[in-house]
Amino acid sequence: MSLLEIDRLGLRHGLLEAVRDLSLRVAEGETVALVGANGAGKTTLLRAIAGAHRPSSGVLSFDGTDITRMAAHRRVRLGIALVPEGRRLFPALTVEENLLVAAQAGRAGRWTLETVIEAFPMLARLRRQRAATLSGGEQQATAIARALVTNPRLLLLDEVSLGLAPLAVDAVYESLARVIEEGATIVLVEQDLSRAMNVADRVVCMLEGRIVLEGARGELRREQITDAYFGLRRAGSVDA
Amino acid sequence: MTWVNDVVQGVMLGGFYGLLACGLALMFGLMRIINLAHGDLAVLGAYLVYLLLEHWHTSPFLAFLPVLPAMLLIGYVLQRVLLERSLRSGLLVPLLTTFGLSIVIQNLLDQGFSPDDRSLGASAGGVATASWQITSQLSIPAIGALTLGVAIVIFGGLQLFLSRTRAGRQMRATAQDPDTAELVGINSRAIYARATAIAVAIAAIGGVFLAIRSSFTPYSGPTYLIFAFEAVVIGGLGSSLWATLAGGIVLGIAQTIGGQINPEYPVLAGHIVFLVVLASPRGGLLNLRRATA
Repeated sequence: MSLLEIDRLGLRHGLLEAVRDLSLRVAEGETVALVGANGAGKTTLLRAIAGAHRPSSGVLSFDGTDITRMAAHRRVRLGIALVPEGRRLFPALTVEENLLVAAQAGRAGRWTLETVIEAFPMLARLRRQRAATLSGGEQQATAIARALVTNPRLLLLDEVSLGLAPLAVDAVYESLARVIEEGATIVLVEQDLSRAMNVADRVVCMLEGRIVLEGARGELRREQITDAYFGLRRAGSVDA
Repeated sequence: MTWVNDVVQGVMLGGFYGLLACGLALMFGLMRIINLAHGDLAVLGAYLVYLLLEHWHTSPFLAFLPVLPAMLLIGYVLQRVLLERSLRSGLLVPLLTTFGLSIVIQNLLDQGFSPDDRSLGASAGGVATASWQITSQLSIPAIGALTLGVAIVIFGGLQLFLSRTRAGRQMRATAQDPDTAELVGINSRAIYARATAIAVAIAAIGGVFLAIRSSFTPYSGPTYLIFAFEAVVIGGLGSSLWATLAGGIVLGIAQTIGGQINPEYPVLAGHIVFLVVLASPRGGLLNLRRATA
């Protein structure tokens, strides 16, 4: 059974339709990359799954439970965590406090304050530092650690490489690879196509709020995706 | 020496203003709500103590013990039923809601207790009138020292709560970014309700001191709300708790020194200091703009 089922979801920003009639299933243990141009609705879709954006139509279910109208903080307890675009740390809290609020509000599990700092060793010496004083890469590591420490069954990552130096991006993806190996279910939004195709089991390409192309890793050629990305050819979806 | 005395009296008066300002700063810092009913909630606390003392002859401090949980409950329900809904409609609606609440509380108190002047000073016994004579020019009133002591304990306790406890950390996280707080599993509405409960309870403590220091009527709230609000603004708009207490103390000293210059000036002197801080380039007005941006 799918861990996440999105059924004919509609999302709006006022009059603007950000996501239209979108259906998607994510199986337990799968890593799905969402790609697409700016304004395709990727971020809005992730925020809706996490509970930060209320759908105007359609149904979201998680592990068989209808979560369409559930508050965001209750979804965290079910096991959904979002690393938001722009990281959104609590700036005046220390790194440790940022992790602690999440650890204490989330689910119990193998990720604790100590194990998550082991997984992101750079955080060890930053524990007592305020989040506002961190570099971009350090902030991103803290943001991912903050999501992990709630022990999610589904991890949503929104543009974790945005604004980071290439070396910092490598470090972030290295830690992610370990999380993926352990069988985590992940939906990530990534602008860098080669990274998306490397890390994901399946690539889903969105255009103007719809899925225009999807396929398993290896099934899709780069040109197919770039065409779909910009809507050059409105190709039908390739079945996974 | 009279100036030393003025400053000492001002610091103690500032402790009183700090107590009244504490909950106001907490609610503004967390939810950006300016609670215009804050003074009336303080007066409500004083009336509840007064009510108990009519049947139970004891000290107002002892009578406050059962009033404390009642005020916590009132704050909690107030947030859940009234403020939570008004918060959804932007910043202006909570302001109007608490303005209306202020009028409702005043009229209910008028109906229940008549508009007569009351005071808890007599029931407080010696504490209300005792003082320590340090020199011929300097004496320290017991009630002033007690008010300041209670203010320091409450500000210190709240600071410890915010920095060391799980609920306090959640409160600070929610104050900084309520949407993200929800995304890490914090129930922001429950946090808001707890904070308002604490704010209202501390207001009631201020209300008891108000009632011991002077007389009060159902309409005393707004007068004290102004002083509390001035303390919050001088103290940097709830950016830090101790700064709010410091703001109260600055206001208290301004008032006693103003009173020394001319007995008609204490309130005016306080307002002038408030306006200077508000208009100064690095002062409150800038903070206010930033806070509402």
